[in-house]
Amino acid sequence: MKEVVIISGKGGTGKTSLTASFAVLEGVDTVVADCDVDAADLHLLLEPEVIQTDDFFSGKMAVIDGDKCTNCGLCAEKCRFDALHFLQGQYRVDPLNCEGCGYCSLVCPEHAIFMEEQNVGVWRISNTKAGNIMVDAALGIGAENSGKLVAKVKQEAKKIANQKGIDLILVDGSPGIGCPVISSLSGADFVVLVTEPTLSGLHDLKRVYELVKQFKISAGCIINKFDINRLVSEQIRAFLEEKQILHIASLPYDESFIQALTMGQTIVEYNHNELSRTVRESWHQVRQILNNDKK
Amino acid sequence: MKIAVASGKGGTGKTTLATNLAHFLAHSYRVTLADLDVEEPDSRLFLSGEPVEEKEMVKMVPEWVAEKCILCGDCQKRCNFNAVIQLNTIILVFPELCHSCYACSELCPESALPMKPQKIGTLEHIKNKTLDVIEGRLDIGQEQAVPLIAQTKGFINSLQPIPDFTIYDAPPGTSCPVIEATKEVDLVILVTEPTPFGLHDLKLAVETMRKIERDFVVVINREGTGNDHVARYCKKEQIPVIAKIPNQRKIAELYSRGELIYTQVPEFKQQLQKIEQYIMGFSQGGAK
Repeated sequence: MKEVVIISGKGGTGKTSLTASFAVLEGVDTVVADCDVDAADLHLLLEPEVIQTDDFFSGKMAVIDGDKCTNCGLCAEKCRFDALHFLQGQYRVDPLNCEGCGYCSLVCPEHAIFMEEQNVGVWRISNTKAGNIMVDAALGIGAENSGKLVAKVKQEAKKIANQKGIDLILVDGSPGIGCPVISSLSGADFVVLVTEPTLSGLHDLKRVYELVKQFKISAGCIINKFDINRLVSEQIRAFLEEKQILHIASLPYDESFIQALTMGQTIVEYNHNELSRTVRESWHQVRQILNNDKK
Repeated sequence: MKIAVASGKGGTGKTTLATNLAHFLAHSYRVTLADLDVEEPDSRLFLSGEPVEEKEMVKMVPEWVAEKCILCGDCQKRCNFNAVIQLNTIILVFPELCHSCYACSELCPESALPMKPQKIGTLEHIKNKTLDVIEGRLDIGQEQAVPLIAQTKGFINSLQPIPDFTIYDAPPGTSCPVIEATKEVDLVILVTEPTPFGLHDLKLAVETMRKIERDFVVVINREGTGNDHVARYCKKEQIPVIAKIPNQRKIAELYSRGELIYTQVPEFKQQLQKIEQYIMGFSQGGAK
């Protein structure tokens, strides 16, 4: 089984639009995992019919038993996250600040603080309009542990792929280089980097590639909107060459991406001209690499 | 006054707005711009200045002192993040999992886990007349953005004199890094685009701001593409849309070269003036 992760470092480069296109092209032959659990958008293009939803519990939060608490204040003294405050006559936990470390509960002389498991979101299994099985998730508002929810989504996607004998998992990652991205990359076989020819696009590409390199995963790159700035496009090409990253394709700036999105369609469904062909060819290239890499 | 520029979706124009607004306001006021998108900080591609300070940012993690350890195993039991593991006769510390709560260290009966600083990133401070730019930059491979965001804010709060406006360029999303970047600002500007992705992620950002009880307004970027669902949603939810930035290829091209927009696109400058008007009214207590 192969796992392909699509990431970009910078947000808004077209990662999700391309992932959805690839999912449509693969149909029943792939399981899709939306690991941008902060702001999961794949479902807007793939029209999933949800077949299973489950709560996801991870991390803890301190809860004070007001009857046992003697207001000694030791908890607030020990807390490094400024999460315990004396308000209206008693100590209270600030849920936004509580890190869930449990130090307060360990030191409370009255055993008045217990740690409660947090429901940090839900994950879902769906059938998409393209015949894929999709696993996605919605992190609770302001919740922590997005990396763990990403791991859960990937684990469920793998389980389904194994059960159904599907040999490919397509993972839509999140922007950045932090815990959800690290979690998306772990165990991946190939990374598709989606970038745009802007100084920030290039800057962010370099940083996210450093991370990919630490994982020793081979990578290819799609330059989206390459004609917005041909000079930076060339700089990106040079960077790819230097790092021996496969240049998969360059896509032009084209409003039909937004028009397709507005209709709830992927570019390969909406458009049947050059642009759509390039996206198809891009995917076939990635598929070819995976097929040749029998391990 | 502290203002955060945030969005649920990435790539909607947070950095464009934050850098241009900061530079624009700095003509009349003392302004600090802080790039809190520490995973991918880009503000400094658009703003230049004289270097003032650069420093290493650290977090505290326990370090095992084998000679003192009696292998009681309490540290492992106390750590809620699996950052301290006992393997037969050794204690392994995983710094990337550690949240620096100090429980293992301070409760260790033999003081065998003293806390030591570990580098997680850098902070740079540059200055251009009335504009201070502070950037937090997470080291690659570090998982936790929140401690660096918190420390970068701490650095800003210690700066003297206090600026008229502090603008935070926040990370995308709705999880802990965004909360850390927005939780004590006076006003949050949510930047979105008029597409289904923009709308969906705006709704998440709105829920987030309501949950943490921040005042927030919306700026619609790339107005003219997509559809009017974002505008309709804001109207229905009574969220002020304080500016609409037109969809122009020229803006995208200027951005691609790391140039400021408002000095070259009058329509963009008009929108910044509208934002200035709104925040001036807001800072004088005339919210909404």
